[in-house]
Amino acid sequence: MSKNYFEIIRAGINSTFQDLGRSNLYHIGVPFSGAMDNRSYLLANKLAGNNHNYPVIEFAYQGPHLKYHGDKLNIAITGDVTFKIKKGNNLINGECYQSFILENNDELDIISTNKSVYGYLAISGKFDLKFQWSSCSINTKANIGSNNGKKLSDNQKINVKEINQNFVNKKLNYINTKIENIRVIKGTNFDYFSEEGKKIFFKNEFKVSKLSDRMGMRLEGKKIENIVDTNIRSEGLIKGAIQVPADANPIIMLSDHGTIGGYPKIGVVISADYDKLVQLTPGSRVKFQEVDLNSAENLFKLYELETQNLISQI
Amino acid sequence: MLKNISNLGDAALYCDFGKEVNRKINSQVIKYFKTIQNKNIVGVNNLTPSYNKLIISFDLKKINFNKLKKIIDNIEIINDDIIQNKKFEIPVCCEKNFSLDIKRLEEKLQMKEEKIYESFFEKNFFCYMTGFIAGMPFLGDLEKNLRAKRLGTPRVKVPKGSIGITEQFANIYTFESPGGWNIIGNTPLNIFNSSKEREPNLINPGDSVSFKRITKEKYQSYHE
Repeated sequence: MSKNYFEIIRAGINSTFQDLGRSNLYHIGVPFSGAMDNRSYLLANKLAGNNHNYPVIEFAYQGPHLKYHGDKLNIAITGDVTFKIKKGNNLINGECYQSFILENNDELDIISTNKSVYGYLAISGKFDLKFQWSSCSINTKANIGSNNGKKLSDNQKINVKEINQNFVNKKLNYINTKIENIRVIKGTNFDYFSEEGKKIFFKNEFKVSKLSDRMGMRLEGKKIENIVDTNIRSEGLIKGAIQVPADANPIIMLSDHGTIGGYPKIGVVISADYDKLVQLTPGSRVKFQEVDLNSAENLFKLYELETQNLISQI
Repeated sequence: MLKNISNLGDAALYCDFGKEVNRKINSQVIKYFKTIQNKNIVGVNNLTPSYNKLIISFDLKKINFNKLKKIIDNIEIINDDIIQNKKFEIPVCCEKNFSLDIKRLEEKLQMKEEKIYESFFEKNFFCYMTGFIAGMPFLGDLEKNLRAKRLGTPRVKVPKGSIGITEQFANIYTFESPGGWNIIGNTPLNIFNSSKEREPNLINPGDSVSFKRITKEKYQSYHE
């Protein structure tokens, strides 16, 4: 048994190991997976003094309550998260985007994400995990990845393989912002929808449904009328693609999505807005805004610059 | 040269091979897929061949639509003989507890159970694509008289190994998964093995597949 390990007192709602995910497997039915909010993932690793691609624990809504056993290490949590660290009789209120030291017998209780879905916990070092196709990312649907492809459960142990001897405290002044407008590029089946339907898609608000997870985000709103066919020949899907099935409620494909789908695609969320999109909680209201390919590419460059700039401040 | 390439979002090429679904068009898709796969083009991070489309996903940090389109426009397709397709015979047990929809199909198709199975087991199938869930093969084409619509209400859980049919296609549920296909049997074979990183899929696009009926005893012997 490993000398350094976490004991899971409470696993949380959907806690999984994630990294940058796995590529070049769509053709056999395996999606990218990986951290849903890539920027928060990268910042967590940097704050913990890691390489950018180390495994972290991603949690949704309620995170895990962990007890640590072993040599001291650093942790960092990113997102908009309430958490506490218990050191003996001392209870410390945690701050996101800041590193904290954990010592033997300390407890870390990640209570909840606030007005957002996902948060990230990085440790200064490496969890002891199995990799599949060069990624530890857990895809609970296909049972692929570390932890036998299953989410973390109560009372299990997480071994730490390696600790970076890097105890410089790090902090980043960063405030998460929310978006209300999701920018999209018209989809390949945009003309399957009536003029009125297209207008509704770009003018009306949609509500994020409770039936959203790492696979997809379902939306509810005014019916988008299909005038051609509510089915297409099944074809490949990508992250951010917005399908409109027969019931007319759009579904946005997220990181663990099915690789093939047979519903018309009205639009695709631009890459620059993906990290913000996944953080929208059920009940949030969103609007779609049309942009062209060129603007989408420029917006992505800007987003990348911002991310790199944040990373360089740590 | 591929004529019909558009963008799907800002990080994918959408290659359209036409409206029809047939082996000729699908073989073209697969040839392009295998050629592009072999080229290891910088920035390309996923390829999804389907009946008559090929989607090429890329990393927007490394390349963009116009640059990649130029490369794909000028690609030369590799010779047929480089593509090696395999043949498989998949054992299927059709006992009552496996053939969940056979009675429904007798009504839908106005055919007797034995006739449905006769037609199904005589057929040589072609794998058009794999996906939706990991390793799931989409096989065609069923005889015209076996073509039925999906279930009105999809099942929340289709058992692993289930053989389903709908329209002109048959498939195999590689995992327990939601699904709306008409289930006529179950295979004891593992069609997707994630512990094999190199070739996790038993069946790949372009492969030939036939099914062989087995008894319950034989089915159970696979699990011993």
